[in-house]
Amino acid sequence: MRQIDLISSVKAAATNRLRMDRRSFFKITGVAGGGLILASVLPMARAAAEDVDSLVVSSELNAFIKVSSDGKITIYFANAEMGQGIKTALPMVVAEELGASWKDVEVLQSPVDEVRFGRQGAGGSTTIPRTWDQMRRMGASAREMFISAGALVMEVSRDELKTADSKVTHRSGRYMTFGQLATLAAKQEVPDPDTLTFKDREDYTIIGTSVSGVDNLAITTGLALFGIDTRVPDMLYAAYQKCPAIGGKVIGANLGEIKAMPGVVDAFLVKGNDNVRELLDGIAIVGTTTYAVFNAKRKLKINWDESHASKDSWTQMVSRAKRLAGTRGPDVIIDKGNVEEVFADSDNTTLEAFYEYPFVAHLCMEPMNCTAHYRKGGAGEKDTLELWIPTQAPAGAFAPAKSMFGLEPDQVTVHQMRLGGSFGRRTSSEYICEAIEISKRMGTPVKLTWTREDDIQHDFFRVGGFQSVKGAVNSQGRLVAFEDHFVGMQTKGKPVSGSGFRATEFPMQNIDNAYASKTMFDIGTPCGPWRAPGSNTTAFVTQSFLNEMAHAAGRDYLEFLLEIVGEPRWFEQGNTWSLNTGRAADVIRLAAKKAGWGREMPSGSGLGLAFYFCHAAHIAEVAEVSVDANKKLTVHNVTVAVDVGPIINMSGAMSQVEGAVIDGLSTMMAQKITMENGRIEQSNFHNYVVLRIPDAPNVDIHFIQSDYSPTGLGEPALPPLAPAVGNAIFAATGHRVRKMPLTEEGFTI
Amino acid sequence: MSKYKINVNGADHEIDVEADMPLLWVLRDVLGLIGTKFGCGIAQCGACTVHVNDLPMRSCSVRVADVVGQSIRTIEGLAEGTRLHPLQTAWIEMDVAQCGYCQPGQIMSAAALLKRNPNPTDADIDGAMVGNYCRCGTYNRVRAAIHGAAKLLNAQWVNAAEEVKA
Repeated sequence: MRQIDLISSVKAAATNRLRMDRRSFFKITGVAGGGLILASVLPMARAAAEDVDSLVVSSELNAFIKVSSDGKITIYFANAEMGQGIKTALPMVVAEELGASWKDVEVLQSPVDEVRFGRQGAGGSTTIPRTWDQMRRMGASAREMFISAGALVMEVSRDELKTADSKVTHRSGRYMTFGQLATLAAKQEVPDPDTLTFKDREDYTIIGTSVSGVDNLAITTGLALFGIDTRVPDMLYAAYQKCPAIGGKVIGANLGEIKAMPGVVDAFLVKGNDNVRELLDGIAIVGTTTYAVFNAKRKLKINWDESHASKDSWTQMVSRAKRLAGTRGPDVIIDKGNVEEVFADSDNTTLEAFYEYPFVAHLCMEPMNCTAHYRKGGAGEKDTLELWIPTQAPAGAFAPAKSMFGLEPDQVTVHQMRLGGSFGRRTSSEYICEAIEISKRMGTPVKLTWTREDDIQHDFFRVGGFQSVKGAVNSQGRLVAFEDHFVGMQTKGKPVSGSGFRATEFPMQNIDNAYASKTMFDIGTPCGPWRAPGSNTTAFVTQSFLNEMAHAAGRDYLEFLLEIVGEPRWFEQGNTWSLNTGRAADVIRLAAKKAGWGREMPSGSGLGLAFYFCHAAHIAEVAEVSVDANKKLTVHNVTVAVDVGPIINMSGAMSQVEGAVIDGLSTMMAQKITMENGRIEQSNFHNYVVLRIPDAPNVDIHFIQSDYSPTGLGEPALPPLAPAVGNAIFAATGHRVRKMPLTEEGFTI
Repeated sequence: MSKYKINVNGADHEIDVEADMPLLWVLRDVLGLIGTKFGCGIAQCGACTVHVNDLPMRSCSVRVADVVGQSIRTIEGLAEGTRLHPLQTAWIEMDVAQCGYCQPGQIMSAAALLKRNPNPTDADIDGAMVGNYCRCGTYNRVRAAIHGAAKLLNAQWVNAAEEVKA
């Protein structure tokens, strides 16, 4: 792997905070269409105060690129880094098109300013596909400006020049460095975005290599990066207790006793707006340390009004859903061909099964937190608000700041902090609103930190659910019909995140007879996106059940699956978010080949194959497991074949796949959130466990770097894992896994 | 509130806190050493791992009163000046981190392991690292980086021995 420029990384980390406040240096001088922001040049008169060498002059080529006379190239990262690696990958794309040498690049988190940077934040594995062209344009635009500057100084024609290794080089071999040309380059005309051309893949020197994450030095030496690391002068610490039954209202509490506790500065009731994504009722405790407020929180005695709180019961959901097995739901999702006729044909073999998967929590290692500083304006001045947030949606703070606190966006400054995990969790605003409310009441900066118990019990959970499935194979063993009754969850008539079933769900597009319907249960438990929403549960059901069908037909699953996938075709030509069966068959064959599919397995061992398409990614996985007489499961190896187009950072891409496999196994093994009378029954890592290092399988990864435009990899490697392991367990033991987590079926790890 | 003198990363600090305050919050909120992370508060996840007399301890569950006079080391004190610990070098070279939040705790557990066992096997690593959760699933790279750091460390010792001989 590449050598890392340690010194520059240290400087970058040390000056990060300072630079984030320097909005006044930025001016927007040009906004082009298509979401592309090409802010033009503003050569700084003199070096800014934090520049190490006062003789260094920095010049902005555009919103994302600044080059100093000493050759340092600063690339701004404008999105949210939560472990998915885009803080490294996106600048790699910029650097590639610019012709920079990666060793000269330092990456800084940009200010939150969507006018200047375009849409910020991250989610849905969309950042790579959404910004791929934007990042290439930023790099290419600055490259052309360097070439113009080089042509002027070297007195040669532009078309005789190219950029590479942070230099503009003439075909004669003469060159000038970016550092030498920076000031002049910044004064060149910004090229029309439509005239820009991009490098050919075979000319890449950065894209496709393995680059160590740009924050790795700060991470490994303990420098401040994460939201929870925020410390500002005169800051107090806060905790917030909400009703254990979601939505309960506060009547009163032993505030006198709490206020008398050591280190407690204040404690008060907060009346919320009944919006679980903004502010629910609770008790705020403010003190001089996190410990003081956590300690006091444990001593709270609160009188709640639960008359309008959630009464959700998991056991009731299960018994209600079980009664729906083998039925159809009131809402039809797809009715294609004639499944009844196929099921009624006595020449066909028909199979039915009922699948169940629980609610699960996000468990970000960094609990929810936010630092807020609400400043009352003096005479004639407006109030201002400054926020330090680990969030997937930094601009999402502006809406509640206005609706709840009456602050216009120009009164609010948001600092995007690194996220200690997110997986879809940090897309709501409640932890932000709680911090704002407390800071406003106190008149001081406040860091609100949730306890782990708050974090688990007040999550926006991955929704649980049920699917009753039915299928038929004909006398040739070919899948001829598929039916699914999806039992999902809704709140106030709207399906919660992840509780949907698409008409395009595999294999329904691929066969002639398909029927899907749904029944929705009303719930009060908050749900939200969780790493591949919907896909992470439906993949388990459909790929396990298709494996059941193959077994019923006496067929090998690889052959059966490839037959369903069928001839190469793209269901929506040109739309990478639609299934491309050619790409699907390629990853299935590759995973099977690399895993040695079809080899003789020892008794108690088995291979399991699964394929899933989501987030524009075609991914197949083969799990190799063994199960002993006591149902102790060992997952030895998982072979993964992925097609997400060209890989930008090979190390980062492999990390996403390794992580998704281990996360998928962790989740399917023992994770389950249950609720009774609206109360979440799990509270911390002693009763909600994460996979530990001895149980992590080897992960063997193979990329098919097809010529399609690159797409995201934060989520899609997770869904195929559960069915691959479930199918392998069946191969090893004959036990069909139809319920998650595996501990529910008597397995241990 | 009581006054305590504690030694962190070789420096003495006089602090005035509650006797039952866990070391984690003394480090983070009183001394501003935010490299040590809060994960669970019940010694289950290892994010808060520090060394007390070279032994890995979960600082969320160690009372400050119990570490007076002991030698405490945190992630901020692992490098020697600007010279990174071999584990930090290996962690960066192998691009271990995803979100990165648990990694200071992982590295501190690993550093304690290498101190007592400079050539750990996979089983030794599993035993030493089993208390450190990683929700992102970096475990395979954690293991590889510990092996890598062990090689670096041994190479350093060989160099040092050769310097002594010379």
